[in-house]
Amino acid sequence: MSRPGKIARLLIQSLFKKPATGNYPVDRSGMPEGFRGKLKFNAGMCIGCKMCMRDCPSEAIEIRKLGEKQFEAQINLAKCIYCGQCVDSCPKKVLEITAEFELARLDPAQLKVIFNDGNKDSPKG
Amino acid sequence: MHESGDVRIPIGPQHPALKEPESFLISLRGEKITASSVRLGYNHRGIEKACEERTYTQGLYLIERICGICSHSHSTCFVQAVEEIAGIQVSPRAKYMRTLIAELERIHSHLLWLGVAGHEIGFDTLLMYTWRDREVVMDLLATLTGNRVNYGINTIGGVRRDINSKQKEEVLKAIDILEERTKYYIDLAKNETTLLKRLQGVGVLSYEDAKKLDAVGPTARASGIERDVRKDDPYAAYAELDFKVISVNSCDVYGRTLVRLGELMESYSLVRQIIRKIPDGPILIKSPRKIPAGQAVSRYEAPRGEDLHYVRANGTEKPDRVKVRAPTLANIQSVSKMLEDRYLADMPIVIAAIDPCFSCTDRLVSIRDTKSKEKNTVAWETIRLKGIAWYKDKGIDFISLNKKLTKLF
Ligand code: SF4
Ligand code: SF4
Repeated sequence: MSRPGKIARLLIQSLFKKPATGNYPVDRSGMPEGFRGKLKFNAGMCIGCKMCMRDCPSEAIEIRKLGEKQFEAQINLAKCIYCGQCVDSCPKKVLEITAEFELARLDPAQLKVIFNDGNKDSPKG
Repeated sequence: MHESGDVRIPIGPQHPALKEPESFLISLRGEKITASSVRLGYNHRGIEKACEERTYTQGLYLIERICGICSHSHSTCFVQAVEEIAGIQVSPRAKYMRTLIAELERIHSHLLWLGVAGHEIGFDTLLMYTWRDREVVMDLLATLTGNRVNYGINTIGGVRRDINSKQKEEVLKAIDILEERTKYYIDLAKNETTLLKRLQGVGVLSYEDAKKLDAVGPTARASGIERDVRKDDPYAAYAELDFKVISVNSCDVYGRTLVRLGELMESYSLVRQIIRKIPDGPILIKSPRKIPAGQAVSRYEAPRGEDLHYVRANGTEKPDRVKVRAPTLANIQSVSKMLEDRYLADMPIVIAAIDPCFSCTDRLVSIRDTKSKEKNTVAWETIRLKGIAWYKDKGIDFISLNKKLTKLF
């Protein structure tokens, strides 16, 4: 039977429900496990094969040699599309993807993140 | 044909009723449309050419970004073609995973469409509710793939992520919620006067016209054409799954709504079957970086209709040629037919009813001299200079503005 305002009941019911939106930034539980966010680079393990650089679709990662068996990685957070291809391509499991997603920066220079000491990252500049 | 006595209205490239830049020229007699024509080409991104400059792995991520909604459709279609050339046999588990994500994508796309259709007819309540429910499937996609959009699950030789038993339960739980919601929307579509009065008899495309104009997907199926690549030319795991091709004979926007709602119900059943039947085994088979010379065409039933990819390989790491035919390109011709003799106010919903995606469709920019009708190519720099000169003519000098801005900061 066709009648207007059939959705009205749902509307009234919704008045007494809690909002569908989350309470960000107070509640930060939004990202599921395995979410592809900021990368992590475990400097000591890298062998400098540069497979990650070769497969990165957006030229966001750069591996530089610091010395004998020492490498650092520079990741451009603005260029990275968070696809995780470099993690898959790395033969030594040096790269890891974390669920960190709040990556906006006021200073563009800080978008270039350099990893060279353990797995800490040091924003440039 | 546009006739001289009629009022002509250009709609687009920028227009509040359009979600993307495209241009329609409408001829009106009173409130009725006598003729219409569409012009594409405002969204060309050169993706096909860019793929030739990238390796297959890199290209895959670009192909995925052809469309933000059917991203899995494009990437699956592309990898299927590459795998065929390279002779890679994908494992059954990987095929089921691809099908699972494909159906979840269909669910999210159809729910999104339902909301957009509601919005176009001024029924924004429907938009709010369907999009709220769509979040359920978006969260599911994020859990399974790691991304809400552009899932990045495909790779040449299989998929990149597996599903565990906890995730399987989550999927089933979410599907139960969505099924219940969809049943409500079906009930709504059949009984709510607002929808019935606004959608019935609008944007009619007869069976003959749909055949002649080669409509695809829900647009064709709402005109009684039972055409679905999943059934006609099964890929991934569809040959082993049981589902119906939904089609109706009403030929109007209302029919297109019913087809999509029916397909949602079929997708829920498909997802349940996949979760039940998914075989054990590897998800990825190592593939060579260099793909041997050859060519292949791959077909895929995207939420909007048949998607087609052609890939030609030349034995290197990069493809020789990639060609994409997005479903909107097949459907856009039928819009003129649907608009014929209709009211101008029906235009937004009629266009929205094919679920268009114009940036996916745009393939070529051709510039014509309006006087000599000659086609010629113009370099980017010439267009830029022309633009600057045009604005200068109107009293806006970008070069001095730019200088002032630089001084300011
Ligand atoms: S692929 Fe891995 S090991 Fe090779 S350079 Fe990159 S991070 Fe280092
Ligand atoms: S996540 Fe993707 S885009 Fe980012 S550095 Fe790795 S390969 Fe490049």
